[in-house]
Amino acid sequence: MSELGQFGLPVPPPTVNLETQRFWDATAEGRLVLPRCDNCGHVVWYPRERCNQPGSTSVTWFEASGRGTVYSCTVTRRIPGSWRKAAPFVLAYVELEEGPRVLTNIVGCDPETVHIGQAVQAVFDPTPDGPALLRFTPA
Amino acid sequence: MPSVTIRGKALIAGVYEHPGRELPDRTLPQIHAEVAAGALADAGLTLADVDAYYSAGDAPGFGALSMAEYLGLDLTYIDDTETGGSAYLVHVQHAAAAIAAGQVNVALITLAGKPRTGGAGPGGSARFSSAPEASFENQFGMSVPGGYALAAARHMHEFGTTSEQLAEVKVAASTHARHNPHAFLQDVVTVDEVVSSPVISDPLHRLDCCVITDGGGALVLVSEAVAASLDRHCVPVLGTGTAIKHTSGGRIDLTHTGATRSGPLAFAEAGVTPADIDYVSIYDSFTITVLMTLEDLGFCEKGHGGRFVSDGALQSPGGELPFNTDGGGLCNNHPANRGGMTKVVEAVRQLRGEAHPAVQVHDCELALAHGTGGSLATRMGSATLVMGRST
Repeated sequence: MSELGQFGLPVPPPTVNLETQRFWDATAEGRLVLPRCDNCGHVVWYPRERCNQPGSTSVTWFEASGRGTVYSCTVTRRIPGSWRKAAPFVLAYVELEEGPRVLTNIVGCDPETVHIGQAVQAVFDPTPDGPALLRFTPA
Repeated sequence: MPSVTIRGKALIAGVYEHPGRELPDRTLPQIHAEVAAGALADAGLTLADVDAYYSAGDAPGFGALSMAEYLGLDLTYIDDTETGGSAYLVHVQHAAAAIAAGQVNVALITLAGKPRTGGAGPGGSARFSSAPEASFENQFGMSVPGGYALAAARHMHEFGTTSEQLAEVKVAASTHARHNPHAFLQDVVTVDEVVSSPVISDPLHRLDCCVITDGGGALVLVSEAVAASLDRHCVPVLGTGTAIKHTSGGRIDLTHTGATRSGPLAFAEAGVTPADIDYVSIYDSFTITVLMTLEDLGFCEKGHGGRFVSDGALQSPGGELPFNTDGGGLCNNHPANRGGMTKVVEAVRQLRGEAHPAVQVHDCELALAHGTGGSLATRMGSATLVMGRST
């Protein structure tokens, strides 16, 4: 947790479980895969083996484009703990082309230039354990 | 509307806010016990009268079960509902329902915590790391202010809200806190001072954030029969509403809170409208929390919160909608990082006419308390209470 990754941010390893294995395995290969509900077509975030519509447990995983736009963002300047040395950094929600709004960081740019509505593209920031964190950089 | 209403069936007979803001020499259970004793004494009751106990994630160990033994309670009803800082308002709803159903006579609700001197944050952190969402949120450096900053930034983008308007919320709270000798921050601040304080996470400044304090509080709810036997002014619960809002499978909407649903439920049960309310205690973890909640409860149009809070509208006396007359979480107290308990306590003080004379609302007949637990940036438990001076 103390090591910083290629973008100067912590790269804490995720907890991988039976429901999220597919997602994390794909990130290690630089691919974004998401579950889509077989009943209603909703693309579900966070990844899981069910739709958020009650009762639907049938999903099909597909490869997403990795394209999105910034839905909201903030430059965090003061934060305790292991992130302190990474500040200032950009925390954001990115709305994927496929619908979901995902919590993430915008990296590879001047934090002060990031803004709502900005087009961004997925990048995969490797953790020491193999899976990579889904972050975004200006498109 | 439910066919059976709790309206007026349960009354708040006792309230207590711990006067301490730094309590290094007490254990967590001791603080729970102190606030329990305080609220029961306020009501004219004792621990032996309690048949129902409510606690949330701040209670140590097994929660209410551990605390029941520590306090020596003899219970036939227990409830550990956890929605973060709003849990104590949810507990009031649950206690009122149990009292209306005839299952409970005297309900005790406690909150205690030591985030200031105790090192650890509030309870439940071990559970957070095992949450199904954990690895999709915790890996990105989302602090509590950072999450609320995302909501504030989006609100500004959609509605043109400004930092100066957010600052008005803090300014109003500070004008009240100067009269509260227990308030953690007692100095009146200006809009300029708020917006020139250090940025924590854009657009939120240090003075947009609530205080971090040790302490706690407690409430005692009783049936009409018990209330009739007490000398204390008991405040009837007239309406309650709870709503959970979450990310909806990745479609989070950052500019609304669960108050859009909890508010109408509480108003309908009470049979009143926002225009009837004389005083509000609004959860104020951050200035943006207050602004969005006022919109969502219907005190102003959606998106007009910034204009609404300007020009001293929230100040008592004289403002259009006096709020948080104890100084709120922004200035007075946010014990255990959970502001719901103190919101109910100050609303009861107002209805009893026992707020500080400098901020007491004249002829306060109807008060509203609102809690927002969790985070505006992810998932929240929203709870609204309407209380009256009398039924």
